[in-house]
This record gives sequence, C-alpha cells and structure tokens, in this order.
Amino acid sequence: MAEPHPAIDAIELTKSFSGVLAVDRLSFQAAAGEVFGLVGPDGSGKTTTLRMLAGVLPPDSGFASVAGCDIAQDPEGAKAHISYMPQRFGLYEDLTVDENIRFYADIFGVSRMERDQRARQLLQAADMSPFGNRLAGKLSGGMKQKLGLICALIHRPSVILLDEPTNGVDPVSRREFWRILYSLLAEGIAIVMSTAYLDEAERCHRVALLHQGHILFCDAPSNLKTKLRGAVVAVISNEPRRLREVLATVEGVLNVVLVASGLHLIVDSAELRIPELRARITDANVPVGSIEQVAPTIEDLFVATVQRDSNRRHP
Amino acid sequence: MNHEIPSVVVRDLVKQFGNFVAVDHISFEAHRGEIFGFLGPNGSGKSTTIRMLCGLLRPTAGHALVAGYDVARDRETVRQSIGYMSQKFSLYNDLTVIENIRFFAGMYEVSSAILQQRIGWVLNMAGLSGRELALTGTLAVGWKQRLALGCAVLHRPPILFLDEPTSGVDPISRRHFWDLIHQLADEGVTVFVTTHYMDEAEYCDRLVMIHQGKIVASGSPLELKQHAVEGELLLLECEPLGLALDLLHTDPDVLDAAVFGNALHLVVPQAMAAVARLRPCLTAHGITVTKFGPIPMSLEDVFVALTGKRVKSANQEV
Repeated sequence: MAEPHPAIDAIELTKSFSGVLAVDRLSFQAAAGEVFGLVGPDGSGKTTTLRMLAGVLPPDSGFASVAGCDIAQDPEGAKAHISYMPQRFGLYEDLTVDENIRFYADIFGVSRMERDQRARQLLQAADMSPFGNRLAGKLSGGMKQKLGLICALIHRPSVILLDEPTNGVDPVSRREFWRILYSLLAEGIAIVMSTAYLDEAERCHRVALLHQGHILFCDAPSNLKTKLRGAVVAVISNEPRRLREVLATVEGVLNVVLVASGLHLIVDSAELRIPELRARITDANVPVGSIEQVAPTIEDLFVATVQRDSNRRHP
Repeated sequence: MNHEIPSVVVRDLVKQFGNFVAVDHISFEAHRGEIFGFLGPNGSGKSTTIRMLCGLLRPTAGHALVAGYDVARDRETVRQSIGYMSQKFSLYNDLTVIENIRFFAGMYEVSSAILQQRIGWVLNMAGLSGRELALTGTLAVGWKQRLALGCAVLHRPPILFLDEPTSGVDPISRRHFWDLIHQLADEGVTVFVTTHYMDEAEYCDRLVMIHQGKIVASGSPLELKQHAVEGELLLLECEPLGLALDLLHTDPDVLDAAVFGNALHLVVPQAMAAVARLRPCLTAHGITVTKFGPIPMSLEDVFVALTGKRVKSANQEV
C-alpha cells in the first residue's frame, strides 16, 4: 500500500508481572484496512499486549509504534492515532447516548461541527439513530457495546484496539458488531482486537494465536488450517463415549475429541487410518453414521499444537 | 430411555413481569443422563426459565417438575435436587480449596458419614489432590472451573444446571471439562446448559432455542444445522468485498449476508440456482470472484437466522 509505515508495528514486546512472563517477545504488524486478531484463552497475554499498544502499560523491553510514532518516545503523538476500548468501556449510565458521545468528543478535542457530523454517521452505521436521547444505562448489552465503539471512534483514530469486544454479547448482536467493524475498514482504519473464542478468529483477516504470552502461529485463518500436522476425521455417532474407548488406541490417532454429533479424531493420515477405524467400529459393533475427513478448525490446531508443546516440556 | 420418567418436565410455563411476558407458554422435557442445551439471546427468557426451574421464581402459569417435584409447591425439595454452577463460579477466592469444598458441603447438607469420601472425589476430579491448602484465587481458570463443578455436585444432585460454564476457558481445559460433564451424564445426571456461545452448544445432546419467551427450534445440534433453517449457506470470496456486500444486501434472493474475514456468508433459498444467477451479476459490476459455493450451516448461522429478524423489528417499534 501507499502507507509508509504499518499502522501497528510491535517488535519483541515483553512484559512480566512479579516474575511471571505475561507477554514473551511478541512481534507482529497490522496494516491499514486490516482486522488483526489476538486470539487465545484467558491468561494468554492478550489484554497485556493491547495495554502496551495503547500506551497505558510500559513494556519491560521491546518497541511498538503506531502510524510511525514510537509509543515510548512520543506517547502523545501516538495516542492521537489510537483508540483503546477496554473490556469495561467507561460509559456514563446516567447520561444519554448523545451526551456520552459529546463527552468523549470533548476529551479528544473534536470540534463541534466535526463531532455532530461524525456522530450522525456513526449512529447511522450502528442502527442507533433513534436512540440519541436514551439513557446509556437503559440500553441492552449489545447496544452498550455499540455505543462504546461509537465513542471510541469519534476522533477518527487510525488504529482501534478492542479488548474482547464481543464477550457476553449474543450471536445476533455479535454479527451486527462485526458488520460495523468491517464498514470502518473502508476509511483505512486498522483494527486490532482480542478474543478468547477461537471461532471468532475466522472473522479476522489475520490472527496471532496466543498461548502463555507467545505467538503459536500468525497468519490468515485459512492458512492456519493448513498448518495442522495430520488430518481431522469426523465420525457421526449417537454413542460417542463408547466409540472413543474403541478408537483411542488405534495406531496413528493423536487426539480424540467428543462433539455432540460424535467424535473428532486427529490422525497422522486420513487415507491411511480410515480403513482401520472402520474395521474397529465394525468389530465393536457400535452404530455410526458417516466417517469422513473434515477441514480442521482453529481450535483443532490450537489443541494439537499446545499438547505437543507440553508433551515436549514434560515428556 | 423413553420409558423412564423425564428428569425435567415443563408444560405451558409462563412468567409475566407486569405487562411483559418474559416466558410465554414453553413446554419441553429433558431425560435422565441427557445434556440439554438451552440457547437464546440476552433477554430471551432463558434465565427466567432457569430461575423458575431452580425454585427461585414462582411461575405465573403452567407447571414444571424437576426430579419429580413441582417447582411452585416443593421449592425446598427442588433445591436439594439440583446443582448450580455459573460462569462466575461462585467460589470464594480468599478461601482455600478445602475450605470452599467444606463450605458448599455445609450448604448442601452433605452428611458427615460420606463427607470425606465426597471431598476426595472432588479433589481427584478437579486434579487438586495435594493442593487442598492453596488459595482458590491463585488457581488457573481451568482448575477453578473444575473445583466449582465439584462443589456444585457434592450432594450428588440428579440435575445439574450450568450457566455459560466454559466462557473464557482455554480449549484444552474446556475439553477436559466437557469430558467430566459427559461422565456425569453417563452416571445418569441430567445436565442443563444455558449459553449463547455456540461452541458450547455443540457439546449438548439436544438443544432448545428460545427467543422472546418462545421456543423457536429444538433438536440435536446436527438436526438444527440440517433442518431448522429454510435456505442454504454460500461462501463467497471476492474482491472488492464491500461492493459485493452492498450489492447482495439488496438482492431479493439473499436472505442474509455477513462478512467473515476475506469472505461473505450468504443465506439463499437454493444454493446452486443462486450461484448461477449471482456470479454473472457480480462479474458485471467488476467484482472478481475467486470462490463461490455451498458450505454447511453452523449453529451460529441457525441461531442468527431464527432470532435475528424479529429482534430488528422489535428495535424499530421503540
């Protein structure tokens, strides 16, 4: 792109809390117009990373810059480009929607004319135009989330950092939220967001899969799935627990996961192992539906990688 | 299975708060040893139903039997028959592991004769043997969650309620947790899960989706994905995505369109016909199509299709 700098450039960011390494030499770049996901379970370092990028937590070592401004050297310059929406965004429940927006516009020094025009546009994009006079405390969870986003965007930041923005939000509101995020990309904003839900990774352009403060993989979701060593075989069955006992000991089966429709088996090679799986099932006389290779999910990749990691550490 | 008395029987259950009908004539049954998922958006009536089933809230009309006891008449007995665990885990962080277990044992009136045996069982199940004196607040999330589960079933209830039990937990602890839940179900415990996370719902034997106080679909996760929604799902990879989305949003054949990373998910009445018609239309607008074809529905697609539309019209009334 024509941009001289990546919107976000993180180099070897590291942070410990009382001797515990929370973020371990984390490096990534995000470009304008991109949704970049920090994906991992609680305690994997997502929030600490976002707080360092937002300039509210100094790293122990490493660098980060936003639109070319070094966060440590030029914090004020960097902050003008960033908006940070923490898990609990500070909305004033006893102020109306419009009043909350005005409050944040004033904090960020947005002129009145600019503010009114921007607020109108954002409220419309969020389908919230009729709710300007409603008290923020009276909004549903999904609408509060959207109002938080509007307030965070009022000063036209070039990078927005969202910490688990869809946590506790139902799927309908979650899709709505994502629709709004995507509509911002046309303005050339870069979105860095964290989530503990691996299925949400699918919605990002690129993700960094985090575990214990370091990056397991960093790539587009569709490329991540090609990184699983082996294949996933799905067996449809009404008796998954019995079936698991039968199949766990088959050679080449690396991992067995119960799912509602049956089992997911991670095997070294689908072609090689499916005939043996079929034979075992017939011998044990467990009724099954189909047995077929399916595309791995990001969760399959995460589990397989982390288990290999911990096997290596504690053989 | 069918000859057994269901663990939970709900008939025409209604709860009204003033003029607002939170739960509107819902009926269902959950069987012994079944993992039963109860899904719905925020404000759909999920929690109100659970609170009635736990004997915490009196129904306005209708009946509910839990382990054979009427939730309106036998509230105390109902409460002794259930275990409850929420996403917040309701453990005391400043108590040790063993103090938490003893506290819950006292609350559930576990007899002293079996207390030692139950304590051993919980410690073993949670993988916390040897860490009895650790402060609960210092445990990692996965361990806390298993401890909370152990505390919720100390008194061996036939019915266990789980409220978003694995939100925020790492996938490995989560799989471990669901293994434990499946073991309990094998022993005959009926497990009632409420969640709006579709990946949790996938672990259930049977699901009920509730929206605006009414049941809108029920069945196994597989049945719901295959039959609950009219129409088929298409994946479209193309450039530029925004233009394609604007174009497809207004197309009468496209029932829903959502962005997933570099692709769109479209719900259409008939997949192949839609591809044949829409592909030339996209190309004519200068859009480069790299992938366009049917994909299987996810539970989230089903959920959004069944609960999304009416939410919108409800907003417009305001």
